[in-house]
Amino acid sequence: MSTTLLDDLTELEDHIASQLGENLISSQVAYGELTLTVPCKQITGTLKFLREDPMCRFTQLMDLAGVDYPERRKRFDVVYHLLSMETNLRVRVKLANAEGDTVPTATGVFPNADWYEREAFDMYGIVFEGHPDLRRLLTDYGFEGHPLRKDFPLTGYTEVRWDDEQQRVIYEPVQLTQEYRNFDYLSPWEGSQYVLPGDEKAEGNKN
Amino acid sequence: MADGSRTIVVEDSPSDAGADRPFTINFGPQHPAAHGVLRLVLELDGEVVERVDPHIGLLHRGTEKLIEHKTYLQSIPYFDRLDYVAPMNQEHAFVLAAEKLLGCEVPRRGQIIRVLYSEIGRILSHLLNVTTQAMDVGALTPPLWGFEEREKLMTFYERACGARLHSNYFRVGGVHKDLPQKLIDDIYAWTETFPKVSDEIEGLITDNRIFKQRNVDIGVVSKQEALDWGFTGVMLRGSGVPWDLRKSQPYEIYDELDFDIVLGKNGDCYDRYVVRIEEMKQSLRIMRQCIEMLEPGPVMSEDGKVAPPRRAEMKESMEALIHHFKLYTEGTKVPAGEVYTAVEAPKGEFGVYLVSDGSNRPYRCKIRAPGYAHLQAMDWMNKGHMLADVSAIIGTLDVVFGEIDR
Repeated sequence: MSTTLLDDLTELEDHIASQLGENLISSQVAYGELTLTVPCKQITGTLKFLREDPMCRFTQLMDLAGVDYPERRKRFDVVYHLLSMETNLRVRVKLANAEGDTVPTATGVFPNADWYEREAFDMYGIVFEGHPDLRRLLTDYGFEGHPLRKDFPLTGYTEVRWDDEQQRVIYEPVQLTQEYRNFDYLSPWEGSQYVLPGDEKAEGNKN
Repeated sequence: MADGSRTIVVEDSPSDAGADRPFTINFGPQHPAAHGVLRLVLELDGEVVERVDPHIGLLHRGTEKLIEHKTYLQSIPYFDRLDYVAPMNQEHAFVLAAEKLLGCEVPRRGQIIRVLYSEIGRILSHLLNVTTQAMDVGALTPPLWGFEEREKLMTFYERACGARLHSNYFRVGGVHKDLPQKLIDDIYAWTETFPKVSDEIEGLITDNRIFKQRNVDIGVVSKQEALDWGFTGVMLRGSGVPWDLRKSQPYEIYDELDFDIVLGKNGDCYDRYVVRIEEMKQSLRIMRQCIEMLEPGPVMSEDGKVAPPRRAEMKESMEALIHHFKLYTEGTKVPAGEVYTAVEAPKGEFGVYLVSDGSNRPYRCKIRAPGYAHLQAMDWMNKGHMLADVSAIIGTLDVVFGEIDR
């Protein structure tokens, strides 16, 4: 990546930090990308600032994603990707959100946040306060649960089939003919966190 | 039913005469002009559309969830199944994201082959779109002619990777296999015959009176609207915004190539059709330049932690054998971090937001599909249009449900 891009990003980072002041939790440039972390309740103001400020002009919301970190107290991240066609730069804005808390909607700033927020609500159960029409978008009619959460099983809970007797599609609990096999290929010398079969004795002898 | 176990009660919908309730119809999910499984709930006033509520997700397969359970190598095939009319362009965004995290360099020949096949993908997609757009407004011949050329291009896909559609050809660090010289010559020969075919297709459509009546001044998108709604690709350029990631944020070798950005003037369906036709011609230019730039060399990174060793090497080198085993079981461990990479896919900006926790599987992989942003504009784009224009507007949006529903 070019050094001019990095210079531009660092300069922009300083500018945003000076303007946002306390409303910026942290900012960093990594892999040639600028990431800003802001408090949840300030998101609308921050997005508006990034959109209007003459040095930023991030007028386009390219993407909005949820991320789930179940081990954290505020388990969800909401990640906004903005693009400025004037400065030809991108910025990532992140906020952390606890389960059950609401995030102010961005639809007032970027109208296309509509479906992205509906998707994040559908997939993670993140509630966007003030969203005009927060319905499920991608999952089935009458679906329960939020499939992209880390504690939602890959196979889901229900499966559908056509029932010849009842002449309709019916929902049933998932029945796997073979248990779902989640292989752990991580090297036992480097990554894995479990005790290999037989090793528990060696572990026991240490104490 | 024969035994009378169930009775179906058919109720007339409440009369609309004098009532405030708008007339509602269901468009799709199995409608040939819906370009897949799109269900639209249309509220009509006579034949004029007042509100459109797209119901999507009928092709939702949970791609993002599945990718979280796969290694990086195993994730690539899922990208073919997103926008299945231009598979390699999707793979491109994902491998670029993984390469960015790994800091992995792609050899020059590998980069050129990627660009060459991305442009083939662009022609595949545009060819499908312009001809089916014509079919949506009543013409039957263009898709037949267009599909013949698509078939030839898919043969090039097959000869490179073994599959016509779901190619799984791009790899983190390069492309899977080198191209034989005969294939490269054949692609070049095709770029010389295609202009004639595209002229013939244009002869059918461009000045066609019916096609113009159905597309000119239909689905007009102003510059500001296109920007506000996050449009990219042809939807943006058709409205006259000169933005193309291949020029503005060039990746691979695009900055060395000589090609033009095609812009529309009026932002209507007809302009977008013309832009797509012209973009195919630009893609041909790029393909020819790529073929001329191709020089013998490796197509895959030499880094044993990322790319598999050659078969012959494995017979003699213990290290190569270990690398091979590790790559196809554990896979590549990608350093922790998060990146967003985007490519100019035929339909617009296709982005991948990849979060890695340092293990061999992506922690989160958000796919930014261009069609998703375009389809949510259905409501205001259709407002005030006639019912028959709905299919023209769906056609011009270039929606493919593989990528929208994911």
